[in-house]
Amino acid sequence: MTRSAHPDVVVVGAGVVGAACALALARAGLRVLVVDAGFPGCGSSSAAMGHIVVMDDTESQLALTAYSRRLWAEMASELPADCEDERRGTLWLAATDEELRGAEEKRALYARHGVEASVVDAKTLAEMEPNLRPGLAGALHVPDDSVLYPPNAARHFVRCAQALGAEVHERCAAEEIGAGTVRLRDANGNVEVVSAGAVVNAAGVDAPRLIPGLPIVPRKGHLVITDRYPGLCNCQLVELGYLHSAHTMSGASVAFNVQPRATGQMLIGSSRELVGRDASINRQLLASMLRRAIEFVPALERCNIVRAWTGFRPATSDKLPLIGRWEPLENVWVAAGHEGLGITMALGTAELLTAMMVGREPAVDPAPFAPGRLMPALCAGEEG
Amino acid sequence: MGTTMSGDPVAMNGASASRTLTCDVAVVGGGPAGIAAATRAAESGARVFVIDQGLAPGGQIWRHLDRDHLPPLARQWIARCERSGARWLGGATVVDGTMHADAPGRVDDAPQHELAIVQHGHSFTVRARSIVLATGARERFLPYPGWTLPNVMGVGGAQALLKGGADVRGRRVVIAGSGPLVLPVAAAMARAGATLVAVAEQAPRRRVVGFGATLWAHPSKLVDAMRYRAAFVGTSYRIGTWVARASGEGRVEHVTLTDGRRRWREACDLLCCSFGLVPNTEFPRVLGCTVENGVVVGDRLQRTNIANVYCAGEPTGIGGELAALTEGEIAGLAASGHEAAAGSGPLQRARDDWRRFSERLAHAFEPRDELRGLVEPDTIVCRCEDVRRNRLDPSWTVRQAKLYTRIGMGPCQGAVCGPACQFLFGWEMGTVRPPCGAPTVGAWTETEADHV
Amino acid sequence: MTRRVEIVVDGERLFVREGAPLAVALFDAGHRAFRTSVSGEPRAPICGMGICFECRVTVNGLPHQRSCLVPCTAGMIVETSADGHDHER
Repeated sequence: MTRSAHPDVVVVGAGVVGAACALALARAGLRVLVVDAGFPGCGSSSAAMGHIVVMDDTESQLALTAYSRRLWAEMASELPADCEDERRGTLWLAATDEELRGAEEKRALYARHGVEASVVDAKTLAEMEPNLRPGLAGALHVPDDSVLYPPNAARHFVRCAQALGAEVHERCAAEEIGAGTVRLRDANGNVEVVSAGAVVNAAGVDAPRLIPGLPIVPRKGHLVITDRYPGLCNCQLVELGYLHSAHTMSGASVAFNVQPRATGQMLIGSSRELVGRDASINRQLLASMLRRAIEFVPALERCNIVRAWTGFRPATSDKLPLIGRWEPLENVWVAAGHEGLGITMALGTAELLTAMMVGREPAVDPAPFAPGRLMPALCAGEEG
Repeated sequence: MGTTMSGDPVAMNGASASRTLTCDVAVVGGGPAGIAAATRAAESGARVFVIDQGLAPGGQIWRHLDRDHLPPLARQWIARCERSGARWLGGATVVDGTMHADAPGRVDDAPQHELAIVQHGHSFTVRARSIVLATGARERFLPYPGWTLPNVMGVGGAQALLKGGADVRGRRVVIAGSGPLVLPVAAAMARAGATLVAVAEQAPRRRVVGFGATLWAHPSKLVDAMRYRAAFVGTSYRIGTWVARASGEGRVEHVTLTDGRRRWREACDLLCCSFGLVPNTEFPRVLGCTVENGVVVGDRLQRTNIANVYCAGEPTGIGGELAALTEGEIAGLAASGHEAAAGSGPLQRARDDWRRFSERLAHAFEPRDELRGLVEPDTIVCRCEDVRRNRLDPSWTVRQAKLYTRIGMGPCQGAVCGPACQFLFGWEMGTVRPPCGAPTVGAWTETEADHV
Repeated sequence: MTRRVEIVVDGERLFVREGAPLAVALFDAGHRAFRTSVSGEPRAPICGMGICFECRVTVNGLPHQRSCLVPCTAGMIVETSADGHDHER
């Protein structure tokens, strides 16, 4: 680690968010060192669905997801084939007429933000997705949402950063972040304290280990992938009820979310629970998740499962990521806490962070993402 | 036991009853180890279920269409198992296993383990106080140019086809591989009317001869070997010879053999090539069993690190049917609470003998270093995802390789390429993700719904 | 014990032993390729015991069935994708 003496920035964590930050900072001309306890894309990115989706829980979320999605679209032609980037579009499924009216409100909101979307009726929906159960009221179709394979996106960003002179240390764990310093331990147990112009904590669910008190909690999810059934679904299919079930902070919940992969495989989600870092499969929750999927797409019942796994979303109490300067420590920045939107928001986060770090005008108002915003109470009793 | 007992368990319990079967000992796998374990446990008074993918008892080694064609030892054990009262759940896949949530820790009288089973499209749960894992072994396949061509199969794979009644009359067959399967399959091919072109063993002559010399301790094995060799006396049996390449249009037409000094080509219709056996440790790992050097770690009573979970036969080390029977007997006795009998002198001495045999076997037929050099840059390593050698970086961890290339992430979940990568790159076996055996979404949902 | 039944493989009628593994019936009938791999190669079984997934065919409309584990029954409709066509759509 001798060559890394005093880089401009150390980025801790090479998930899709950290890797995107490293690339953006390198493109801004900074000398970057990226460290990851494992390898690029090995954490939450490896467990993620890879759905690049506009979400509108809040105006700020809508602004950042829409901005970030645009950056992904601009980058699409540069992504290597193994990122499996496909503009699948999202169908937000309305089970009832009431939900369909909600879809129309969403459409209007999206239109105000320049996000293309249309409401499709039951008949059109059935034509678009013949394997959906009959009787749905319709859907909101968001054609520019896309799907990609996150681990290879992280790997690609790290390689691009490397090509611009960034240094990458895999299997190198950050143990502590101080004011412009980070203590690193490599795979052989060698410890080194690197001082840098700035340190970026992009360690996702591990970010609070490096900055105690950082208000991020791991929110566990399950995913199941099937063998290849090309054409079974065409768009990413999500129930509009997802917005309710996915955003209650306490308790376990499931929601219908199925993604057709470029391989023809179906990726089935989703579940949310707060159980610390216990990665074991919750069979009951998984069963209700799969039952929900079969309710919406009955043909899934006879599809072969290849495997199931769990992952942890780095969640915050207000469902917005922490992006910006960490005031309590000089020269320390945060880009973490994206919950289930880390892949979607990665490029937007990287641009926002880089703009703030090099003194450019940010494209999106950074104030709602200020890492200190949740500080006063430090989310006491958050998990209750 | 017996196929007459393989009725739908839902019907057995009444259509409206819970889809949960309760027993004392659940045996996973119905080969020699599982049959011996089930027999000894049931003879001791335990309620026993044997769960196996096959329709009839016997596992891979005693696979049969007609029981009269089985060797006497197999017939005797299967008949004894049937008399014992152990119940056979055939055509059934164990897809998942968990501790029963109501009974965490050690509660001696409470059933603690739950197995999620899919049988003929139906799902149910078996709840058992003890589990005996007798999951057997599979062949080790190593990549070489052309190994993905149709009509290139494993030595055991070809044997399975023969046992299933395949017609090989007049087909030109090359058998090239390693280990004790080579001779019996060559003999069976010859008896079935195939034209044996060549039979080759990759292990060096000195190792094979050394191993043969130790067989005087196991005369039945030596007699078997001589009888098998006699069955294809017209074809040469080349020791220290291996496949370098298979070639052909749309199927194998030629195989290139080498002894390290020269290479030659043989025309063939079927190439049987594999390199011994590797233990099936996937399901034991789902339960949390410790695996070291590729085998499930167990003590002299076949106990694993997980309370009330036992393991017997090939998963604890490749030793063949007689070793499996011994370990199965010990596991069945111990799992049904008869630890003194399980630890008795004769069984333990036999176990020690077979473990030494197993070590000699592994040493004698260890794949030679030259086999690593056969792989070319565009040779496929992972057959499910068609990952070629040139996409793999040996400095990666197995997890890194899986995430970046999808190697081992297809339907077989690394069952084929996992051991190959272990040999080629020294990679550990990857993490096992449930479910096992590729159940349908519907079936897994049904079984998991039973968990309390 | 060796009753023969009719099955249909890729539109062709085949008389096979009832109860025998479908993979054996396909092998005997000269079907060299059972499936087409993800990069377009013809593939056939290697393990014969449900491990390798190379013998997958579509049986009675259900894709990805391991033919080595499926016993032949009368009237079974089997599609291989050995011609490279995607029968899954």
